Amino acid sequence: MELLLIFFSAAIVNNFVLSYFLGICPFIGVSNKISSAFSMGLATTFVLVLTAIVTWLIYHIILLPYHLDFLQYVAFILVIASLVQFVEMFIKKVSQPLYSALGIFLPLITTNCAILGLALFIVLRDYSFVEGIFFGLGAGVGFTLAITIMAGIREELELADIPEPFRGVPITLIVAGILAMAFMGFSGLITL
Amino acid sequence: MKEVTLLTEYTKGVWKNNPIFIQVLGTCPTLAVTVSAINGIAMALATTFVLLFSSIIISSIRKIIPAQVRIASYILIIATFVTIVDLIMKAQFPELSKSLGPYIPLIVVNCIILGRQEAFSSKNGIIRSALDALGMGTGFLIALLILGGIREILGNKTILGFQIMPNMFEPWLIMILPAGAFLTLGLLMAYLNYLVIKKKNREKSQLLAKYRIANNSLPIDEEI
Repeated sequence: MELLLIFFSAAIVNNFVLSYFLGICPFIGVSNKISSAFSMGLATTFVLVLTAIVTWLIYHIILLPYHLDFLQYVAFILVIASLVQFVEMFIKKVSQPLYSALGIFLPLITTNCAILGLALFIVLRDYSFVEGIFFGLGAGVGFTLAITIMAGIREELELADIPEPFRGVPITLIVAGILAMAFMGFSGLITL
Repeated sequence: MKEVTLLTEYTKGVWKNNPIFIQVLGTCPTLAVTVSAINGIAMALATTFVLLFSSIIISSIRKIIPAQVRIASYILIIATFVTIVDLIMKAQFPELSKSLGPYIPLIVVNCIILGRQEAFSSKNGIIRSALDALGMGTGFLIALLILGGIREILGNKTILGFQIMPNMFEPWLIMILPAGAFLTLGLLMAYLNYLVIKKKNREKSQLLAKYRIANNSLPIDEEI
């Protein structure tokens, strides 16, 4: 039950994109088409779960016992960067179709704040190993949900007659604001 | 001549290439921390500190770093300075550090910083890189201050903690919620676009008028 709460809280109520503002860059950059947005979401979810596992292990097995926790930012970002590289190589070797679907998005994920944010939140909230995995999964599902909805709206926006100053980023931000308002409707659902 | 160019290294980040409004980099911390003006200022100062020192370090060792591992080295240098800022903030301003939460460590992945290192410090000398970093930092500060100010005034009736709106003004709760951040930044950027478009149109019509005068004067001259 506790795990489900963590999952839904990260996915819907405290959506990573719309209420923590993590991962805004890909949210605005890669949300032009539903198919690529969905692939981006899947790739990010995959990396989020892996990050949750690996950073938890590193923090609790290496950093804490040796009192090195002041090194956590340096350690986390290094781990994330090499993890993404590793995942890219692995996917390329194992499944070519998956690589051609996700490949171009993987390097972008390193600088996605959602990944480092997740690692920091897990430390900050003192989640256990399993809780961390569910938190990562929820964050990934929430990110996929938000970016896919956004891409759907933007595909329709292509046809709309938008006033000139609003074209491009401003209208995207305003749509995101309205989406965030819609997601606020979930806020009474779970209180953490 | 040289002094002028040094000055433009600084001023280009403040307005012409403003990291938030023009380049749209580093939007995550911008939207997240601008609940109040003071948070925005703290965030901008912390980011500027990291940007300045990592620019200085990277531009001074830019010839030693091998090209293949440059991004990893940049991130390591940036992460080191972020750790320094975080520890200083925790020791000196515990309240501020608490209200900014994980967004201080997230400076590591702020695209403004990595972007400036890749685009500028890795190719330019120390003084120019430092000025460029300071300019970008100032531009970031201005953007955060405007955004944080608007949100704080409308959402909380105060600016920097002082109440300035009358008591009968009902605060707009939406402004201090996440949705308000997106809407405010979207509207601000649209307004800036509007100003740019208006200026462009005015220049165009002035140019057209000049062209017309020049064209009209020609045949008249010929007639005479």
